[in-house]
Amino acid sequence: MVEKENILNPNIPNGELEKKWTKYRSSLPLVSPANKKKLTVIVVGTGLAGASASASLAEMGYNVKAYCFQDSPRRAHSIAAQGGINAAKNYQNDGDSIYRLFYDTIKGGDYRSREANVYRLAEVSGNIIDQCVAQGVPFAREYGGTLDNRSFGGVQVSRTFYARGQTGQQLLLGAYSALSRQISKKNVIMNTKHEMLDVVVIDGKAKGIITRNLINGNIESHYADAVVLATGGYGNVYYLSTNAMGSNVTALWKAYKKGAMIANPCFTQIHPTCIPVSGEYQSKLTLMSESLRNDGRIWVPKKKNDERKPEDIPEEERDYYLERKYPAFGNLVPRDIASRAAKERCDEGYGVGSTKQAVYLDFRDAINNFGKDVVSARYGNLFDMYSKITDENPYVTPMKIYPAVHYTMGGLWVDYNLMTTLPGLFAIGECNFSDHGANRLGASALMQGLADGYFILPYTIGTYLSNEISNEKFSVDHSQFKLTEEKVKDKLNNLISNNGTQTVESFHKKLGKIMWDFCGMSRNKDDLEKAILLIKDLKEDFWKNVTVPGKLNTINLEVEKAGRVADLIELGEVMMRDALDRNESCGGHFRDEYQTKEGEALRDDEKYNYVSAWEYKGNDNNPKINREKLIFSSVAPTQRSYK
Amino acid sequence: MKLINLYLKIWRQENVESKGYFESHKIENINSHMSFLEMLDVLNEDLIKNKKDPIAFEHDCREGICGTCSMTINGKPHGPLKGTTACQLHMFNFEDGDTITIEPWRAKPFKIIKDLVVDRSSFDRIIQKGGFISINTGSAPDGNAIPISQETAKEAFDAAACIGCGACVASCKNSSASLFVSAKIAQLSLLPQGHPERQKRVISMVDQMDAEGFGHCSNTGACESECPKEISIKNIAKMNQEYIKATLLD
Repeated sequence: MVEKENILNPNIPNGELEKKWTKYRSSLPLVSPANKKKLTVIVVGTGLAGASASASLAEMGYNVKAYCFQDSPRRAHSIAAQGGINAAKNYQNDGDSIYRLFYDTIKGGDYRSREANVYRLAEVSGNIIDQCVAQGVPFAREYGGTLDNRSFGGVQVSRTFYARGQTGQQLLLGAYSALSRQISKKNVIMNTKHEMLDVVVIDGKAKGIITRNLINGNIESHYADAVVLATGGYGNVYYLSTNAMGSNVTALWKAYKKGAMIANPCFTQIHPTCIPVSGEYQSKLTLMSESLRNDGRIWVPKKKNDERKPEDIPEEERDYYLERKYPAFGNLVPRDIASRAAKERCDEGYGVGSTKQAVYLDFRDAINNFGKDVVSARYGNLFDMYSKITDENPYVTPMKIYPAVHYTMGGLWVDYNLMTTLPGLFAIGECNFSDHGANRLGASALMQGLADGYFILPYTIGTYLSNEISNEKFSVDHSQFKLTEEKVKDKLNNLISNNGTQTVESFHKKLGKIMWDFCGMSRNKDDLEKAILLIKDLKEDFWKNVTVPGKLNTINLEVEKAGRVADLIELGEVMMRDALDRNESCGGHFRDEYQTKEGEALRDDEKYNYVSAWEYKGNDNNPKINREKLIFSSVAPTQRSYK
Repeated sequence: MKLINLYLKIWRQENVESKGYFESHKIENINSHMSFLEMLDVLNEDLIKNKKDPIAFEHDCREGICGTCSMTINGKPHGPLKGTTACQLHMFNFEDGDTITIEPWRAKPFKIIKDLVVDRSSFDRIIQKGGFISINTGSAPDGNAIPISQETAKEAFDAAACIGCGACVASCKNSSASLFVSAKIAQLSLLPQGHPERQKRVISMVDQMDAEGFGHCSNTGACESECPKEISIKNIAKMNQEYIKATLLD
């Protein structure tokens, strides 16, 4: 018998789009100050979303227990975001508005995101800037002392606030400072070097987590009335990505196995401007901020295998292919389009550099127009970084860039309250399937992380917690905690006692290659079907042949990595299934079979106007797909055009 | 691209209590375009394949911004290249046949947990004593309500660029954390938003720095010259000025 598919209810409040959030926020059930003191919330992950949520919940009076695997919350990967954060402030008086930010985000996401959530995101975007300024975030300023903006891909207004090329760092340090203040007041108990290894479910609700202390290896139980995951994205499933080495899917995956569905897992953002791969030993890829596309021009030689130095190739022999194909947006088309265009040129044989998998990003004209000093003031730190890595001087010779995995739009499915399908478990920031549809616009990840953490979750969690006040309280003595702890220990023991010969790293590399080759910038049915089998084999091979040295009762970086890679392998299979299910192209999901005559993504709104949400059905069964139908009341989905 | 061979002398230490020692390795055919940490990855893969314990070292973003990587290379925190973290150091900065010594941060308040991994939680505790502006979520005025000159914003940014790696402490003969602490104090006292708490902040942060066992600053400037983000020693002067003012007003 075929099991009936669930249609997911996102619990969107009634009323006009523009008024939903304000009205809903004012009618949410409140938890009284006295009761907040009796309620504990666990927050896993302390990047932008987790740190801001922890601080805000603690300020409101809840007891917060926060966890991160890094040695300090200040080191979460949000710190590496370079370019900026969007907000509909219209400080530049260039016609920006909440509606326009909402519209750009929906369109940029290729009409695969939820209208009500995106509108709310645009609505609170302005508050984020105010909050961060008040915390002392040193945003760039104009001469007169007001906040400066720049433009980013996929939009025609300047709404991006920035702090040199280190906006993520400055925003994270702001959230970290708010978190530190609450730690000092003992409203937050901070647990660094703790990795979440399972969620504990009691009577169908998330009631705590199991962690491993990464210094002494202790397996610990933690009880709470609700659990919030803010554990970031899973781009490391591709092995090579711009993510930090520690970024992983483990917390998300454990939640998935306990009943939280994963939505649109195949929606991956491949960022167009990264430093190309230079060799087999490469451990990660480095992003060059999208802001470079404001002044840099992207091109390849018109002649294949042109061996001349790029600076010696005359103007008429250069193909500025983005400006040629998309005259309205030029070098500032959205990321998915810019990435695919680079791949297309390289596949056709016009790529440059030793691997022919690169295109030029050229500042010659910007330097001629504004002078080297201006270019240096805008991008100096990025140019320095580039030359440190490549030993080349971008002031003289154009940068070489190529697309790389950067962000995952997919993540845990959440309703309007940001609650997953496992009651009591919430997901915020990149960890949820988020507001970005099939493609995220630049400078919107920081916006979403902080919107969720500062201004949305702290309110919406009240709808759940207000009902928990009178419910029975448990403790870590409950049998479910003991049982889950045992399972976690068994898995670790299996890893460490497995007497294989292959390193964890070698499996991760193999996984990455399968993912990039078959589920990367373009996908097709045959490849995906083949890849599912390859991943199944890889999983078997891993558990048979992996070797993990050392002991469990001490720092053991290999056992940490082994657990993460094991989960990434399983995720890979679900990503393939999701990509196979979606017989259309949209945003970052490009299926070879579905494209327009010009080679652009061809959506199928009739059949695929939904969010896919995959449900775990046990180790030996295929996951089950559930769907949330997307309803567009305010914007009519059209073919995206940036021409 | 060229291939080089290297001799490594790496600090090994089982845990906080145990005694450490240098272990020698010869490593061959290193691509000059590898990063320093990728070179260590290659060594670790080899160790694991031979059923030996890999070298524990910390790293995360490998883009020079998270501040996680922390190792002293040939006597210099983060290695020979100015303004560069260990993860951004590439092997083309070394010659074939070089001997490279790799050690953890050496400072009493940074206990060695294993091999090259040290405990830097003292930095978090110092920030918790006042490295913030007390503003609750939702109570902020409009972002443009307080104009801040471009110059001030730039100066505040220069201080705020600190990545909290601890190289300043490791480079200082007194194990002073003054550069780290002063960078935060300078950022928040330059900006008008930070003014209401400036006296309280500087006193409690400096007290915590002392309580953690960091030494005094004797103005040698080693911290500034080894800082991967080139944070200026002027911040320390600013901190001292703030501290004196605060104690006079107290």
